[in-house]
Amino acid sequence: MLLVPSLLVVAFVALYPLGKTIFQSFTDEQFLALNPVSWVGLENYKDLWNDTIFRDSIWTTIKFTLITVAFEFALGLAIALIVNSSFKGRGVMRAVMLVPWAIPTVVAAQMWKSMLQSNGVISDAGTRLGILSHPHAWIADPGTALASVCAVDIWKTTPFVALLLLAGLQVIPRDLYEASEVDGANPLQQFWKITMPLLLPAIVVTLIFRTLDALRVFDVFYVFFGNRLGTQSMAIYAQSTIVSDGYVGYGAAISMAIFLIIGLFVVIYLTFQRVTLR
Amino acid sequence: MTAATEAAGRPVVRPVSRSRVFWRSPLGRSLKRVPFYLLVLVVFVYTLFPFAWALRCAFTPEGDLFSSPLQYIPANPTLDNFKQAFETEFFRKALLNSALVAGAVTLLSLAIGSLAAFALGRFRFRGRSLVMYLMLSMTMFPSIAILGALYTMISGFSLGPIDLPNIYDTLWSLLFTYLIFTLPFTIWVLTSFMEALPGDLEEAAYVDGATPFQVFYKVLLPLLLPGLVTTGLLAFIAAWNEYLFALSFIQDPDKYTVPLAITSFVGESGSSFQQPWGTIMAATIIITVPLVALVLVFQRYILAGLTAGAVKG
Repeated sequence: MLLVPSLLVVAFVALYPLGKTIFQSFTDEQFLALNPVSWVGLENYKDLWNDTIFRDSIWTTIKFTLITVAFEFALGLAIALIVNSSFKGRGVMRAVMLVPWAIPTVVAAQMWKSMLQSNGVISDAGTRLGILSHPHAWIADPGTALASVCAVDIWKTTPFVALLLLAGLQVIPRDLYEASEVDGANPLQQFWKITMPLLLPAIVVTLIFRTLDALRVFDVFYVFFGNRLGTQSMAIYAQSTIVSDGYVGYGAAISMAIFLIIGLFVVIYLTFQRVTLR
Repeated sequence: MTAATEAAGRPVVRPVSRSRVFWRSPLGRSLKRVPFYLLVLVVFVYTLFPFAWALRCAFTPEGDLFSSPLQYIPANPTLDNFKQAFETEFFRKALLNSALVAGAVTLLSLAIGSLAAFALGRFRFRGRSLVMYLMLSMTMFPSIAILGALYTMISGFSLGPIDLPNIYDTLWSLLFTYLIFTLPFTIWVLTSFMEALPGDLEEAAYVDGATPFQVFYKVLLPLLLPGLVTTGLLAFIAAWNEYLFALSFIQDPDKYTVPLAITSFVGESGSSFQQPWGTIMAATIIITVPLVALVLVFQRYILAGLTAGAVKG
């Protein structure tokens, strides 16, 4: 009874649209088109299979996901271990780490976009320090475009990953470390034999969350590149097909493909989790 | 625990070298911490540098922004950029629009979600775990997957006898679609808060003849206040930051939300390639400051909510 409003809302804003999207993906529906919508069967999916733009967007997104999740996990774990030891200013540090998470992604992207201009601070500092031989247009150059978006995402999300791992670290009982110290374990052994196994559940959950988020990335790509070809994420391609071009039917097929790809990653993670945790 | 510390604290009978004595003295001990604090400093600077740079840009006159050599501290600091940002009508309106939408979505999710959390956290019934799984999977639901359907739904939609009006290009479209991510999340986190509450008080209330609704309203809701604050904050921030739906459903500059506004500033020349970075960065600072304040004040609540939402999943 108490659940009725919630279930109604969820059914109405999520389940019904999901069903509708599946249906649309088998039609040639166009936004505000005059001709009636007709059923085209698997036509959209056939086109999608041969769509090189979509194929490129899958690769771009997967590369983005692998790079950002790997960096965020490695840096996040390091930061979590640093902040987990007690020192003066730890509370301040934790508050500071929440800030990049709290600001809109679009705002973070704008800040980095200005820094990554060819005459911006990153080029300037790089040439002054002798790391770069000449200023570089990071976003415009296709060779560094992907690295640029990754940099923003890594900056914005690493502290968040660190906070999640930190929460996992704090439930590990201190006695374990003390007991192992008595037994003569060195810090490295403690890390591999105590910290890592006990942190594994938190790690797996964090990785799942991050991967799913990265696979549907939209905001940073849009702010940096708009719909520029060659640097589209899957979500960008779907959104521009539906909204800019008005091809709702074909866009729905893209959406379904994204949904399935994300689902595939979930299955991979869950199998991995079952194998390692049991 | 006591055995371990005693063993570690007991003086060890062993010749002690001079350097060892030094590293154990107060001065040596703090010196040993230097590399550690350097690491902390690196993390600190990495996290905050983009904000510092945004501040620098916001106070630098537009003409000097990318002057060569680059001025790391503005030579002629100015407030013009802030003036410019506040004089931009769509930016002022966006602050109000975002506050309205995010506030309304948050209140609506809390109102509906707390009822659901009461049911899920306090009663065992068939299908309970099914609903929990549904909510959990919804919190990770990719909103891009249903963009097409929502796009057509908000521009006029009839469900049997009920005809819904065209809400395309209105704030209603955002209020309606933002529930997709705020509501399941609210239910999931509030349920975990509800389960953590002790049951004694309610039992006492039931013994005194209270109805379930009275128990919920008079006993549980006040106890749940920290949970409501936490979830409310997270829902508010999520709605405030949303971009995909806002970009797809809103065209009229009067109805821009903050993320739309921040990407819509154009320079004097009107060309979208000449972005007025000074004004943009001033606008960035204007929207970041209240968020930072919010985060600092409610730090504990936010952390509690993030971990309840993620780690327990």
